[in-house]
Amino acid sequence: MSLLEIKNLTLAIGDIPILHGIDLSLEPGKVLGIIGESGSGKSMTALSIMQLLPQGSINSGTINLDGVDLLQKSERELCSIRGRDIGMVFQEPMTALDPLKTIGDQVAETIWVHGRMNRGGAHDEADRVLERVGLPRDRFPRSRFPHELSGGQRQRVVIASAIALKPKLLIADEPTTALDVTTQARILELLRRLVAEDGMGMIFITHDLAVVAGLADHVAVMRHGEVVESGATRDVFRDLKHPYTRQLFEASSHTPPRDPSLPGGEPVLTVANLVRDYRIPPRHLFAPAGAFRAVDDVSLRIERGENVGLVGESGSGKSTLARAIMALEPAQGGTIHIDGTPLDGRDLKARRKLQVVFQDPYGSFDPRQRVDTLVTEPFHLLGSDAPRGQDRRRRIDAALTNVGLSPSDAEKYIHEFSGGQRQRIAIARALIIEPSLIILDEAVSALDVSIRAQILDLLAELSDRLAISYLFISHDLSVVRSITDRVLVMKAGKIVESGPTAEVFANPKHPYTRELIAATPNLERALANA
Amino acid sequence: MVDAGIASVDLPRGSLLRTALRSPSFVAGAVITLIFIGLALVSFVWTPFNFATQDIPNKLHAPTTLHWFGTDQYGRDVFSQILVGARTSIAVAFIAVGIGVAVGVPLGLWAAARRGTLLDDAIMRLNDLVFAFPALLIAILITAVFGPSATNAVIAIGIFNIPVFARLSRAAALSLWTRDFILAARVAGKGATRISVEHILPNIFNTLVVQITIQFSLGILAEAALAYVGLGAQPPTPSWGKMLADSQTLVSLAPHLAIIPGLAIVLTVLGLNLMGDGLRDIFDPRLRRSRR
Repeated sequence: MSLLEIKNLTLAIGDIPILHGIDLSLEPGKVLGIIGESGSGKSMTALSIMQLLPQGSINSGTINLDGVDLLQKSERELCSIRGRDIGMVFQEPMTALDPLKTIGDQVAETIWVHGRMNRGGAHDEADRVLERVGLPRDRFPRSRFPHELSGGQRQRVVIASAIALKPKLLIADEPTTALDVTTQARILELLRRLVAEDGMGMIFITHDLAVVAGLADHVAVMRHGEVVESGATRDVFRDLKHPYTRQLFEASSHTPPRDPSLPGGEPVLTVANLVRDYRIPPRHLFAPAGAFRAVDDVSLRIERGENVGLVGESGSGKSTLARAIMALEPAQGGTIHIDGTPLDGRDLKARRKLQVVFQDPYGSFDPRQRVDTLVTEPFHLLGSDAPRGQDRRRRIDAALTNVGLSPSDAEKYIHEFSGGQRQRIAIARALIIEPSLIILDEAVSALDVSIRAQILDLLAELSDRLAISYLFISHDLSVVRSITDRVLVMKAGKIVESGPTAEVFANPKHPYTRELIAATPNLERALANA
Repeated sequence: MVDAGIASVDLPRGSLLRTALRSPSFVAGAVITLIFIGLALVSFVWTPFNFATQDIPNKLHAPTTLHWFGTDQYGRDVFSQILVGARTSIAVAFIAVGIGVAVGVPLGLWAAARRGTLLDDAIMRLNDLVFAFPALLIAILITAVFGPSATNAVIAIGIFNIPVFARLSRAAALSLWTRDFILAARVAGKGATRISVEHILPNIFNTLVVQITIQFSLGILAEAALAYVGLGAQPPTPSWGKMLADSQTLVSLAPHLAIIPGLAIVLTVLGLNLMGDGLRDIFDPRLRRSRR
């Protein structure tokens, strides 16, 4: 008999239908992957199982967990089921833990609220569970607070409280999306081991096909609140029966076409021996202040039309390097030249050649301004040469047309656009003063795979047509691989390896690069092993 | 301040006015506020009686057709006093809030732009210092030096308002300074002053409007408190706050003396609050579109 059997589940919030007849089933000891883009209803399906839906939600259908219909349970009965029979792991380990509780208390709480043990017993049990998820007592005393742990360690604590009572079902909603690739690989390994040891069923929700391919026994592909295709992972990915599955599959491994003749020639950006130190406040009154070297003697060179990738994990200094190049932060040593002109914070002329696109399509725009005002912001760099009247209008139209939007969009406000469209507007804002170099700081990380493929195509096309160079900063190696000509690998403030992208990926020399590439989920490799 | 919001939005005048007229709370609030401002203006040219003329035989009358709002303990016409008092109360509150906004908001924005520096600390600790003294104490200090008058009461309440707005705008601005769109403006080479005016100010406008309506009502009440201890408007100049304060010994005898100025204060504050709510919606493009 199935552990979980969902039949004809529908959900409406107010008058808006969210889910239209979902059918899913899961056997004990198996992993069900739910794949979908944002708005597909995958998280709402998980929250329906937990019955933790927003106010005004109405469910219908049945959700049978071990023969018990969860939709017929009262809130009181559900409280004893949540945490005991169903555990849940969320995406963001930073916010899923109470910052004022020690990790020991955090895990013990789940155990004693279900009344199985007294507090002392619960703490002993919490200790054992934390040991199981790879946080040994001697290295991670139970009196630690969440802020004293790294993101991956915090996610282990979240997993520990989810599995503390050996639930029958574990729901993991994008549990590794916020983590670095090497951390992600270790967390996936841990989840796989726990499922095998405890024989629980796991629902793994993600937008990343490669992660699912290596982990799940069955997959369900969701779109617009419906399951469009489901079955054994290998069959679904081999046959690609449904056009949407095929579309997702193609978008995930999408490589935009490039004109190989272009890159080369004069350097656009030269960085020599750049150093960036952060001051660490002294430990006591008369001690000298310390310093943390975030960027350590970095030199790099980008040529016209060349796309250079900068990869590294969080804390490697790649964003600090980008900020120093953008002259947003002072460097403590070294030089930066753009198009042959030395760059410093005050000189607006040199900065005209440099623009940036940020990661978050929602936070990068002033909600109070119209698109035409937003897009023309870099004109400030032109000072009195800034185009006015008809000329300004023409430049706005051109920038919007270049990124595949229509000139009439100039009169709208930013909240009227979707995430992908906003990222196009961000690119238009960067393009409008015709820079030589655009820094793309995780510019496609927040986008769904199909939108990401479109934006990558757009970037490749613009680079070829307008001879713009990119510095492409990302933690996602598969994206870097598809769009860049050359790649730099950064670790602890230093560039440890650099070379043509294809060569570095095929034949990594530095052990850290090898580790990164091995940890990156790979769709083809996962399917070959399946 | 309002101008900065409109200028960046760059909408034709007619369209903004049309949105404004479509917001019921703005219209209701504006009507109430305009009525009171109108009454205050009317009092300059006409009042049914002279507000200061005493008529002891006809004291403490309940409202009649002759004396619309009745008479007080000296037989003065309460309606005339309300009209003239509107001048004092509204002027005191408006100017006091004006001082607070005009000085406090730039200070707060400046501190936020230089966050973490000595300047930020200096500005904010100075604000704490002012905050530590109640308005009443500052007023006593000022009147001790310059003598009691409505003008000095305005200055005292105004000074008290400065740290309120400085703190609020600094706190609201700080969270904005970490946003990517501010980073984008810095990449475009814009300086701290320009970013504060073009991006920060329009975005903290919501918060400020709400605080302005709150401080306005507190201003009227503070003036009443000062008048009560004899540091505000001097007799016979009436103010709503003073009328309310004077009526307290007579509440059981002539309740209208307390109810009428009380209602005047409540209605003015209500009008301003509604107008503030409406303004907030009108200046937020997200809410503006959805209403169309």
